[in-house]
Amino acid sequence: MIVVTSVAAIGGLTFLLASMLILANRKFYVEEDPRIDRVEEMLPHSNCGACGFPGCRPFAEALVGGEALPGKCTVSNDEGRAAIADFLGVAVGQEIKVVARLACAGGVNVARNRAHYGGTPTCLAAAQVAGGGKGCFWGCLGLGDCERICDFDAITMDRHSLPVVDNDRCTACGDCVDACPKDLFSLQPVTHRLWVACRNLERGDEILANCEVACTACERCAVDAPNGLVTMRDNLPVVDYSRPHDTRQPIERCPTGAIVWIDEKQGVMKGAAAKKIIRHSALPEAPT
Amino acid sequence: MIFPRRQRRSFDHGIHPPEAKDDTRGLPIRQFPFAPVMIIPLLQHMGRPALPLVREGQEVARGQCIAEPDGFMSVAMHAPASGVIQRIGLVPTINGKMVPGIYLKPFPGSSQEVGEGAPCDLALATPENIISAIQQAGIVGLGGAAFPTHVKLKIPDDRQIDTLIINGVECEPYLTTDHRVMLEQQPDIFMGIRYLIRVTGAQRAIIGIEANKLDVAQSLRDHLPAGEPVTVEVAEVKYPQGAEKMLITALLDREVPSGGLPSDVGVVVVNVATTAEIGRLLPAGRGIQERVITIGGPGIRKKGNYRIPIGTPLRFALEYAGMADNVSRVFLGGPMMGQALPSLDIPITKGTSGFIAFTENETAADPLEYPCIHCGYCVDACPLFLNPSQLGLLAKSGRYDAMVQDYHLMDCFECGSCAYVCPAHIPLVQRFRGAKTMVRKQQAAS
Repeated sequence: MIVVTSVAAIGGLTFLLASMLILANRKFYVEEDPRIDRVEEMLPHSNCGACGFPGCRPFAEALVGGEALPGKCTVSNDEGRAAIADFLGVAVGQEIKVVARLACAGGVNVARNRAHYGGTPTCLAAAQVAGGGKGCFWGCLGLGDCERICDFDAITMDRHSLPVVDNDRCTACGDCVDACPKDLFSLQPVTHRLWVACRNLERGDEILANCEVACTACERCAVDAPNGLVTMRDNLPVVDYSRPHDTRQPIERCPTGAIVWIDEKQGVMKGAAAKKIIRHSALPEAPT
Repeated sequence: MIFPRRQRRSFDHGIHPPEAKDDTRGLPIRQFPFAPVMIIPLLQHMGRPALPLVREGQEVARGQCIAEPDGFMSVAMHAPASGVIQRIGLVPTINGKMVPGIYLKPFPGSSQEVGEGAPCDLALATPENIISAIQQAGIVGLGGAAFPTHVKLKIPDDRQIDTLIINGVECEPYLTTDHRVMLEQQPDIFMGIRYLIRVTGAQRAIIGIEANKLDVAQSLRDHLPAGEPVTVEVAEVKYPQGAEKMLITALLDREVPSGGLPSDVGVVVVNVATTAEIGRLLPAGRGIQERVITIGGPGIRKKGNYRIPIGTPLRFALEYAGMADNVSRVFLGGPMMGQALPSLDIPITKGTSGFIAFTENETAADPLEYPCIHCGYCVDACPLFLNPSQLGLLAKSGRYDAMVQDYHLMDCFECGSCAYVCPAHIPLVQRFRGAKTMVRKQQAAS
């Protein structure tokens, strides 16, 4: 008897709850555009946020809702963007890719260390010990915190212990910007080809003992630049990217190569007057 | 034998590093010569840099005010020597930052007399007068943190101060500056206490000393001015007793709340060297342009306690004191809380209580870092009852939010006890400093 009652009670309860679930599913069903799933499939799934949306799914919703164009996804490639545009029947749209860029060119072959740092090999730890062992107070410590934090393998340390950003892989997520204890990374549109690769705030040639590619605040770039494109602030040239900046004029007479032109094909290019760096071995540490 | 804490006069946890004070504690304070070029950073304290009052090429007299405070969280700077301003620009500091500063070239033949200024008369001065006189004299905490003293003395209106503690603990190994100041500058200390009592309204003053300075305690007790509420108390030797929160616990058995100030429990703690400078400078209306430091450690030939002009480059100081050939590391401050120096072109500032040179014999190669096995030695050492082991693991994985919210990272004052006892050689304090840097960066961004 007990068996029959309990089976009936549990069975009845199951039936009741199941019908409640079925009713709730009918009543509260959310109609979702099936295209959202398809579009999300076509996106790169990196959830990087470079488009300005919190991830690929919200971006897919925006695409289907017509709030954004596929071109906003700078991380995908041309075919991917075209496929989404085809599928939705919209224009691809143009968006300038933004990448992380390092404002330092002081690798170990050109920049001297004033002390040997032998502790935990991270930039953050080294920066706690009197700013690290680098001769230049502003320079890259070269211990690769940015390389480790990058989720997209876009940053690699070159043989001179300087991070190199792979523009194709960079999603401008900004993790390296936060990780760098010297605040050397910033997010820049790739069209900002004129670039000041130095953060040294001191004026004069003394800094050259610490780093051969440092800016000495000679102001030649500011003088040469057309229409006040480059101005000096705190002994550093500042490029005003709101003006037309598609000119190599400012870099031509730079004596150290601190202001450079980042070419689409050939990479970093220095002006004709810049001292050529042919050394590949690391500089010795400065004597105490 | 175990005593209850009130009888022992100490705090719980903490460590006992070797004191290593015997080399210099018996040596009287000697005057240090002037360097060929002085480097005076305008930010030697916590807060905002001072604003220069001089221009390049100007001649200044020793003790002349060369920079004025920029707001309340800033103090004045004074010329450490009569000379000419060579350059105003950026100067290196121990924090690894370049700050605005002044290069001063002293005149070689000058008598280097210090002029008298407008005195701050104890009999007439109101507390506000004294606070502004301390700011104008450029006085900051000389124990090492360099917190502007006048800011500390500005007690919020809703707080009542009953006790003034004069911190003469000097728990950091090797350093003996406070020891010598307490033996040689007793009238200045008692005068300074009078000023401080006037400002804070405290009913009594306690000079706190550790039991390794019994000669000082005896001498101070012999010379205590009659009729004034000043006592000398001796606490058990333990590191970090010189931290103000620990000292309050040791002497008064009061606990400063997390994130709070000593004034929350009715106490103000002032370093004894700072007190002596207040008592020495305010009646004469002068500014601080020199301080007492200990130059010690196995790598130094002429160890000693020196009254050194502020702005002396370390390279000059080390050359004068004589350096052993195989010096491998120089520490600014003591070995526990001090910083290893990356360069010798850094000036002595108001917060420098000494520097120590170690030779290759003492500094072994950096020991290998082993994983944390949760042995708990650091938990037993932390004077603030934090959990350094867990904090260290969180710092390694970059979980700074959890460190702040669940493990009270911001209460840590980086005494280094945890890293000292860690058998796995984990550089805990360095990790905490890094984590704090990142947390402050995030806070500034949001």
